[in-house]
Amino acid sequence: MPETRVVSKRFREHADDSFTIDRYLATGGYEGLRRALGEYTPDELVELVQASGLRGRGGAGFPTGQKWSLMPKDVSPRYVVVNGDEGEPCTFKDREIIERDPHAVIEGALIAAYAVRAEAAYIYLRGEFGLGFRRLDRAVAEAAERGFVGEGIAGGDFSCPVVIHRGAGSYEAGEETALLDSLEGYRAQPRLKPPFFPAVKGLFHQPTALNNVETVANLPQLVMNGTDWFRSWGTEKSPGTRIFSVSGRVDRPGNYEMSLGVPLPDLLDLAGGIRGGKSFKAVIFGASAPWVTDPEITLDFEAAAAAGSMLGSGSVIVMDETSCAVRMAYVTARFFNHESCGKCTPCREGTWWQSKLLERLERGEGRAEDVDVLTDVCDSMSDPQLPYAPKGNCFCPLGDGAAWAVRSAVQLFPDEFRAHVELGGCPFEPERAEERAAVA
Amino acid sequence: MIDLWAEAQKIFTRYPPDRRRSALLPLLHLAQERDGYVTKGGIDEIAGLVGISSAEVRGVASYYHMLKLQPKGRRVVSVCHNMACTMLGAEGIVSSLEGHLGIAAGETTPDGWVTLERAECLAACDLAPMLQIDYNEMVGPLTSESVVQVIEGLRGDGIAPERAPEAEPPPLVDSIELTAEDRALLHEDDPGRATARDDEEWE
Repeated sequence: MPETRVVSKRFREHADDSFTIDRYLATGGYEGLRRALGEYTPDELVELVQASGLRGRGGAGFPTGQKWSLMPKDVSPRYVVVNGDEGEPCTFKDREIIERDPHAVIEGALIAAYAVRAEAAYIYLRGEFGLGFRRLDRAVAEAAERGFVGEGIAGGDFSCPVVIHRGAGSYEAGEETALLDSLEGYRAQPRLKPPFFPAVKGLFHQPTALNNVETVANLPQLVMNGTDWFRSWGTEKSPGTRIFSVSGRVDRPGNYEMSLGVPLPDLLDLAGGIRGGKSFKAVIFGASAPWVTDPEITLDFEAAAAAGSMLGSGSVIVMDETSCAVRMAYVTARFFNHESCGKCTPCREGTWWQSKLLERLERGEGRAEDVDVLTDVCDSMSDPQLPYAPKGNCFCPLGDGAAWAVRSAVQLFPDEFRAHVELGGCPFEPERAEERAAVA
Repeated sequence: MIDLWAEAQKIFTRYPPDRRRSALLPLLHLAQERDGYVTKGGIDEIAGLVGISSAEVRGVASYYHMLKLQPKGRRVVSVCHNMACTMLGAEGIVSSLEGHLGIAAGETTPDGWVTLERAECLAACDLAPMLQIDYNEMVGPLTSESVVQVIEGLRGDGIAPERAPEAEPPPLVDSIELTAEDRALLHEDDPGRATARDDEEWE
């Protein structure tokens, strides 16, 4: 099955200059914004997005229109903030959109700003995106020259500046309330919800529409083509397309846009299949998501939830038979330990214990009871009861995610954990191939 | 030379007038670009511009990986060791670089040329295993051999290690006239505690 290119269409077809305003305008750019300003009232626009069923592409999958409708109408000023702090391991779609189609992000942000009557739009960009920052910065200047950003947009009476705010290296800044703290000049640590739901008390404690880069990049075409067009892809509850970042042990890792709800094998075909003809072991939808071993799973929010996982931010990390589950769990825990902001105890201490225990197991210095201790640590970070939703042990979902991922590794591959203890080392080290065969 | 004051006046206009603190990260980036790392002097300057204490500024700067409170190499090489890169051989890349540069990850070469660090996912997994140079250019996919060429390729950049090592970083406490009382407060005998003064409010 070929790709379904909607959001990625422009930058795939015009890879050389898709980021320039001339190419953008020549391929229908800023038409969505013109139509939104000319033919819709702000409320009609919110209704359009609600009717389209567009769900946030950042990770939680919350319906975008509903998010906007929760903003109190009588409080001003109001803001739009675009979350471009893409940090979820092995997600790299937002970076590609920002680098190759920065105007689509600006246009989407402005459509959102008009819909929620925002005073300004801020694009929070991950600090490490050097090229993305330069491209976006130039794009804002170009768009302002042509009258699409700033005072009297497209000759009308709607005005909205677009500000790019560059982060400085923090995964936690991708969490929406931590992002706002970072944007306000503090350490990127999460805020208590309630009362600090961004829609109600967001940036500068004002109502804020906070959306992911890919989410807003969908808006220009949604306004141009309408909800029926948008719903022609995806499922009833997960309409539209999605850019999946495929990585790990596949032949051609990369971003591939497909209709939501396609089966995983179709996506893996696009990515060239598993490297060296090895066999599939598991797929991980971002570091926080519980692992999935079903090779036929369909890629939509509902199917992922039914499989005891979540679709997350669109990352599809493929493990094959040569990938060690303990090592991947260790890398995951080490990551969360590194990125834990330290605000709450279960996460700050829990990720440390996870990381230390898993490092010891992977080195072959673990004891049999370490696996139970590990499970216990996970349970104290996030209640093991289904469904997967933040349980309130930790302040924000970072701790829950660390617990879900590690717990799922232990549950899905108990034999591998045991083998590490029994062998006194990682059975996946090449020189241990024979011992591995003996244990398995 | 970056004029922090002039840049700050521009940056402040992007945020509501009573929200100058939002300019903190942009200013810290600029100060690091100007001075090579976030110096005590840079922190004090930003604190004055934004109107908060130096301790507040330092507290924010110390949170973010990209901001360095200690002198760093003229080039920063960050090798990703997250999931996709690990699956495709990130550890081999790290050890190859450690061997070639003669330092461990987290250290800077004695000539002040390269700081080598391990990084979490840099959102370029299509290039895995990969590294990033100066938080800007992403390079990959790498092998243990090709990564050495990548590093050697940096030598023609005009800031190669043939240069004399940089001057000693400025002392933690600026040279001001101190009374005996000040000295006692500053714990001069214990330089690690000399920043205690930062904890007091600026005004």
